[in-house]
Parts: sequence; structure tokens; C-alpha cells
Amino acid sequence: MTDRPLDIPYREREKSVTMERLERPDLPIEGTTVPQDTELFTINLGPHHPATHGVLRLLCTIEGEVVRDLVPLVGYVHTGIEKSCEKQSYWKVIPFVERMDYLSYYFNMGAYCMTVERLLDIEVPRRAEYLRVIHWELNRISSHLFWLATSMLDVGAITMLWWGCRERDYVLDLFEMSSGQRMHTRYFQIGGVVEDIPPGFDRKVRDFLALLRTRLDQYEALLDKNEIFLQRMKNTGIVSEERLLELGVTGPLLRATGNPWDLRKAMPYSAYADFDFKIPVGKVGDNYDRYRVRMEEMRQSAAIVEQALDGLPEGPWITNNRKVALPPRHELATSMEALIHHFKLVTEGMRVPPGEAYVAIESPRGELGCFVVSDGSSKPARVHMRDPSFVNLQALRDMAVGGLIADLIVAIAMLDPILGGIDR
Amino acid sequence: MPDATELELIAQEVRARHGDDVVVGTTYYREQATLEVKPEAVRDVIAGLRERYPLLMSVHGCDYLPEEPRFGVHYQLLNMRNPDRLCVKTRVGLENCEVPSIVGIHPGANHQEREVYDMFGVVFKGHPDLRRILMPEDYEGHPQRRDFPMGGEPVLFTHNEHQMPRWYD
Repeated sequence: MTDRPLDIPYREREKSVTMERLERPDLPIEGTTVPQDTELFTINLGPHHPATHGVLRLLCTIEGEVVRDLVPLVGYVHTGIEKSCEKQSYWKVIPFVERMDYLSYYFNMGAYCMTVERLLDIEVPRRAEYLRVIHWELNRISSHLFWLATSMLDVGAITMLWWGCRERDYVLDLFEMSSGQRMHTRYFQIGGVVEDIPPGFDRKVRDFLALLRTRLDQYEALLDKNEIFLQRMKNTGIVSEERLLELGVTGPLLRATGNPWDLRKAMPYSAYADFDFKIPVGKVGDNYDRYRVRMEEMRQSAAIVEQALDGLPEGPWITNNRKVALPPRHELATSMEALIHHFKLVTEGMRVPPGEAYVAIESPRGELGCFVVSDGSSKPARVHMRDPSFVNLQALRDMAVGGLIADLIVAIAMLDPILGGIDR
Repeated sequence: MPDATELELIAQEVRARHGDDVVVGTTYYREQATLEVKPEAVRDVIAGLRERYPLLMSVHGCDYLPEEPRFGVHYQLLNMRNPDRLCVKTRVGLENCEVPSIVGIHPGANHQEREVYDMFGVVFKGHPDLRRILMPEDYEGHPQRRDFPMGGEPVLFTHNEHQMPRWYD
């Protein structure tokens, strides 16, 4: 055991904190013309702070109550998921990637499955595509509902926390009905979905969508006429479209500035080309527009789910390629071939031809890309997720600098970062 | 997506602009166009492609062990006006593991270049703030390398924290 050198100053132990700019008060703050003086000081917001939506640490330089500089520090929930994926066979990776962005698990596994399907060059049955769209959009609704619940709590509308979580619970019930799990359902498989939807699912989803529409009106009645809410949201955290594009920001943040970029429309994947829906956009790009865009997105998602239920094609829900998908249970008793395929898939897993693929889908937070490198074995050589929260977080400085600390809290809430996705 | 012919045209354009030996190769695989360039030319090539692909969506690192050169850095470029993607890729070895940073052209690459540096040890020359981003500051090694062992890392408790490498310095 060595002696603990306690006399080392705190600043030297904390190497990630660069105090250089505070030691040179004659220089302006980076990226601004604000002169530095002794009034400025640096505080930590987080990592354990309820308003940071996870373990996000923000190093804020403040002047009175005005934020002058901000450095996000992440990595507190890094669990090495991408490394773990390299030790699993392809189909065992699905539960791992689900746990990255823990509010949009269907999107994570969807992006991963689509990437592997691209590498395998297999066709997914139409019914499976429709079932995927139904679950994606229900997941988008549940993710946005949870965003609404928690971010309105930050703004002070405490009622919304219970209202939002109450409706999200209905969606989780639906997930439980179709897959047996409320979160991290592992419902998508490479080549399709794991099971058909049970009888009665259709009716329950329609009941929920009808309920959701009235509830959304109630939320807006609660929030949109509230003077305190409007004052905190309107004209705060404005970032221009050009700046967001430079930073690679996508999703509701970008759409709030009026850019209608949505991968579901722009580069339709899965079955999205079959549905009629609109892309809500904002005008100014302030926090209020971000809120409006997400509220409208929930209505559009509800419309997509209804259309998908109406047009749900009959047929298989997973590919009949036996090298990829497990054979049906009843075949195992009669067919030796099926038994061999089952054994090979369960013990070794599928082999994927060597190559690289990048597939991007529109998650509730923006472009969720999955990059898979295959070396020809039954385990991926590299799985990388381009998580939208990780990239979007870079816009937080632009959103917050020059505003009050109270506006910073609203900006974090409207950014909607999921730290599980950022740190992976 | 550019098709195989268009990819060759893009490669021709890049060769004409930056010299013949800049382009290492082109791959068109599963509807994805990949342009492989020399590491020292990455910045110039991506700057030159800005007209065609103004946006950078993602930066990935990967380790091709046992192939040489070992590391790959992939840049996913995007055009929003006519939706289209192009992957620019470069390979660097363990020796001279350096790639010019493109943060000057695409500020959004900042976090992701730091992630690649953190996970693979690829140094991005000219990056304004090249520090670890996900792993702790005092961490030794680059965990996503294929030869980095999995597991076997002691769990930190109060009774053994003094033995941990560089925990308190």
C-alpha cells in the first residue's frame, strides 16, 4: 500500500478540468468576445443531478446567473457494450445493443438487425416490416411521453410527470402483450420478428391510440396556456439551422429549425414508404418549437400505427432462410434437417459474409446509425452505434451559452439526451 | 447511394484534385459506396467533397487485426438535398497511428474523433481537445483494440483503491 499524496492540489488531480482560460483573464472566453474577469467562476452541474437526465456532468463557467461557457463531460455510465458485442454471436448481440439507449430499444435492435440483414443480403417478409413499424412508432410515442414527463418536471409542471408516465405505461403493456417484456423486449430478430402479434393486440393498440389523442389534447391544455411554461420555453436556447448541421445534429432538434430532414421520408427504409404521414417542423428553433415538434410527432406516429394495422399483410413474420432464423418448433420433431439447423444456430450462430455496412434509421432523437464489420466468423468484428444523443450533445453549448442557468436546464431537457446511449 | 459507376467518377475527381496516389481503392458492397484514401489526405479529400457531401454524420473506428494496416477510420458523409451517402475510409497501422483531424471542417466530428482516440488510440492531428471521452482520464490502454483482453479488470473498492494504477496521482 502506498501513501496517499494528499497534498496534490485538487485541480491537478482533476485533469479533465482545464483551468487555463481562467488563469489568463486577459483572454476572451473561447468562441465569445466576453472578457474574463474575476466575476466568472466554474461550477459542476451533475453528474448526479436530477435535471441532467442521467449521469451527465456539465462544467459551467457562469457570470452571476448567466452561463458563459459549458463543457459536457460524459463516460460515467460507460459499460463497454460495444466491446461485449464482439464476444457474442450475431443473434446474441441484440439484447446488448438494446440496452444502449434504454428508452428506444426497438430502434437500437432495429438498426442492428437491419445492418446484419444488409450484410447477409436477406429479404425480410412484409408482415415483419409492418410489425417493426408498429413497434417502432409505439416506441417513439413511449419515448416522447417519457421525455415529456421528465422534461416538464424540470420546467416545474410536476403533474406532467405522472400523466406522461401513466400513458407510457399503456405502451409498455402493449409491448408486454406482443413480446412478454415491458422494456428491452428482444422482439426483433435478424430476418424478421420473433413472434406474431397475439389476438387482441390490434384492438388494444387502437384503444390506446384513441386514448392518446385525447390525452395529448389534455397535455397541451395544461401546458400551452401556462404563462410560466411559455416564458421559459419561447425564445430560449435558439441555435441556427446551419450551426446544427455543422455539428451533425439530427432529429427533433433539427426539425425545430424548419429543416424537414427525417430519414423515414428522406431515405425510406423498412415499410415507411407505404404510409402517409407528415414531418412536423418548427420555425424559430427555440425550446418551444422543439416541444411542439415532438408533440406533433406523437400524433403522426399514432397515424402511422393505425395505417400499419389497417394494412397489415398476411404471411410469415420471419424469413424462412434456415441459416439465419430458427425453424418452427413443430418441424424439429419430424425433420432431421431442421434439427441440424436449429442445433447449428443455437450453438454456433449464423455466419455472416465478410464486409462492412452502415445503416441509419430515424430514432426519437435523430439519426441512429449502426456500423457492423464482419470478418466472416459467427461473431461481429465490430459493432458501433452512432448514437444521436452523443452527437447532439455537442449542440448544448450553443444552446446554453448566453442564457440563464434556468434556461440551461430547459435546454438539457429539450435536447433529450439519454446517457445510456451516449456512454454505451 | 451512388452506384458503382458514380463511385468511380467520384474517385476520378478526387484523384484529379489531390493527386493519383491519394485514392487507395473503391468498394461497392451491399449498396454502400466506400472510398478508401491515404490517411494523410483524409482532411483534404473530405474538404474537397464538401460540395457533393456537405454533412458528416458519423465517424467510426475499427480494428482489422491481424490485417495490416491495422486500424480503420470511417467517415459517413451525407448529402441532404439529394439524399445520398458516401463512406470515406482510411487505414493506419500501429506505427505512425495518425490521421489529420477534420474538426476544422466538420465541428461535429469533435466527440466522435475523441471516441475513436479513446477506444483505438488513433491520434487525430490538429484536434482542438484530444482527450479520452468515455474511459477515465487515467485509464491505460485502448479497450476496443482486438488484442485488448476482455474482463480481468479488478473492481475498485475502498480497500484496494491504493493499488490501482495511477488512481491518486
